[in-house]
Amino acid sequence: MLTDTPRKLTIIRDRSDKVFRGVIRAGGSTVLVIMVLVGSFLAYRASQALNKAGWSFFTEQAWEPDAGKFGIAAVIVGTILIATVAIAVALPLSLGTALFITEYAPRKLRSFLVSIVDLMAAIPSVVFGLWGFFFLQQAIVPVSRWISQYFGWIPGLGVTGVDPTDPLATTTVYTSSTFIAGIVVGIMVTPIVTSIMREVFSQTPVGEREGALALGATRWAMIRNVVLPFGQGGIIGGTMLGLGRALGETIAVYMIISPVFFIQPNILQNGASSVAALIALRYGESTEMGLSALMAAGLALFTMTLIVNFGASIVVSRSRSGAAS
Amino acid sequence: MATTKNLAPSTNALVGKSRKKRPSSKTTTIHPRGEFVGVEPKRTLGGIRVGDLLSFLGAAVAAYALTIVLATQVAPITGGIAFFVLWYFLFVGFYALLVSIDDTKTFVMDRVVAVLVSSLGVLLFSVLIFVIVFVIGRGAEALPYLSFYTEDMGFAGPLDPLSVGGVGHAIAGSLIQISIALAITIPLGIAAAVYLNEIPGRFSRFVRTIVEAMTALPSIVAGLFIFATAILMFGLPKSGLAASLAISVMMLPIMIRSADVVLRLVPQTLKEASIGLGASQWKTVWNVVLPTSRSGLTTSIILATARGIGETSPVLLTSGFTAELNVNPLESPMVSLPLAIFQFVKSPEPTMIARGFGTAAVLMLLVLTLFVIARIIGGMTPEKSARARRRRAEFFGWFATMARQLTSPIRRRITNAKEPS
Repeated sequence: MLTDTPRKLTIIRDRSDKVFRGVIRAGGSTVLVIMVLVGSFLAYRASQALNKAGWSFFTEQAWEPDAGKFGIAAVIVGTILIATVAIAVALPLSLGTALFITEYAPRKLRSFLVSIVDLMAAIPSVVFGLWGFFFLQQAIVPVSRWISQYFGWIPGLGVTGVDPTDPLATTTVYTSSTFIAGIVVGIMVTPIVTSIMREVFSQTPVGEREGALALGATRWAMIRNVVLPFGQGGIIGGTMLGLGRALGETIAVYMIISPVFFIQPNILQNGASSVAALIALRYGESTEMGLSALMAAGLALFTMTLIVNFGASIVVSRSRSGAAS
Repeated sequence: MATTKNLAPSTNALVGKSRKKRPSSKTTTIHPRGEFVGVEPKRTLGGIRVGDLLSFLGAAVAAYALTIVLATQVAPITGGIAFFVLWYFLFVGFYALLVSIDDTKTFVMDRVVAVLVSSLGVLLFSVLIFVIVFVIGRGAEALPYLSFYTEDMGFAGPLDPLSVGGVGHAIAGSLIQISIALAITIPLGIAAAVYLNEIPGRFSRFVRTIVEAMTALPSIVAGLFIFATAILMFGLPKSGLAASLAISVMMLPIMIRSADVVLRLVPQTLKEASIGLGASQWKTVWNVVLPTSRSGLTTSIILATARGIGETSPVLLTSGFTAELNVNPLESPMVSLPLAIFQFVKSPEPTMIARGFGTAAVLMLLVLTLFVIARIIGGMTPEKSARARRRRAEFFGWFATMARQLTSPIRRRITNAKEPS
């Protein structure tokens, strides 16, 4: 009796294929090597500083690496504060704009608005920095003063060293603050966040939209019950990606803030700090130890953006809208 | 036939009138089958009702009045922004109040959200347009001079007028740096993206994860890495090459990630058809995968270029600063457009600041051009580009026909001369 035995399948590749596979494999490996090199070099140099500073690296506020007294407590808190203000600006703006483009704007205008948003995402950050420094800095002072005058009792919104009821008091105390830097960074990341949200909203199944409308839902009821639940992943994921960008932003923040090396909890007050701005400020005058300390700060920043970005991609891929992409 | 009792004598007349005078809810109108009813006039579903418009305007005026009272008497504020913000919140409140007079809660919510969403959208677009107009407006003084685009700042001091000196050196520097960065990232990036798609497996998944992680790398950290390795460890001078390396480290993950997405969109059936016809993997990639995704790949390259050309922070650490034109990327500092902006506006002199804004306008124009090219190429689907090719072929075909027709008398004479029959 004849039994059919499984045959052995071998792929015979000709020479051009072997070369091709070799070349692209080399390409992929080179990229991997470069990326791993960046990460491990950063970690290696950072470890020198971390060994010296120990746990105080996370609690020390001052930045004097050559005196052996340095830590990221102040700059990390500053970075998080700026990013928080940025997201507080960017989230409503981008959610509103994304809904406006997909649901409210006239159909003919839509593709034009989409191009505008995508173009804005490519505008260099130094341009936003210019605008923030030369325009917003002055224009925002009355707003800052008004907020601190009437909401100063909320922790973080107060301003020390000036009497808010005195109309002749100096206004410089309100400039170069976390608030201003946060607004500029927020406007900068808004186009990126908007374009992700818009993409997700526009994928909402037409059948479900029409079903809700046919049942008598108003436009807002339809959005709340169909579009927003469907796009939930995109909203969270897009915001987290924006947060990642906001944390790592350098030049716009560097142009606006006047750096301080203590925790400045008052966001409306002069003086702020950020890890990226610290690196831009101190790289030149650094000694060997100072450079290691900057590397450690950079590594801490990178770890933070990494966690945020991975969180974003997990949220997006788990959500209903992200399954297709 | 109980229903016929309620029928109006002339159905036509009722239908015609029904828009003006609504039949009371107790009467049900049913047209007998087969009877001609006339043409039902088309009703407009959208449009603005007078009541809506009035409550909108009323809310705006009321909010304005109350804002003035509040801003001058109760809680004094100064500045246009604060005034506008206060007005806006009051406006939304008044609008909700007015709508709630003759509509239910559901509709009030719908109206208020429509106003909020639309105004957020309009706000973002006006802010973004304002940023651009502001930058171009402040730089307008510097832009008309031809020297601004051709000369460098070598002989122009901070007190010199705008007619002396320019940013030619920064334009050249930006172009040189981005060219070197592209020469590194395009081959590496496309090869890596093809690798991720063509040789799937545990290792390529690992590479993909690492690349994704690296998109989170802050650009200043990329600059710091090149500063610490290339410049301090290997003794490369602060130069255009070092800046290009820093930009490449930053651009590479962005490009790989978007190219990977584009390549994944190539239909599997196309690849299988090619393999099934006996083509090798290399032939399949070269003749099927890459041409199919050409427009997407080009877009991903151009968008990564736009990011790279506008980055300031990695360049700040690695390229050094010079006021003179330097076209040699291997030694001595080389300035690029974003860095030039950054240096110009540090000066307190108004002309230097104007130069900074002018440079920003030039940089934005460069990014805009790249973006428009990306849009045009990215908007091209395979069908569209095939149509364009056909149109081109038709155009040339028309030329050929015209040429043939124009030359036909001559050719006829030649053929006649050849074959005297």
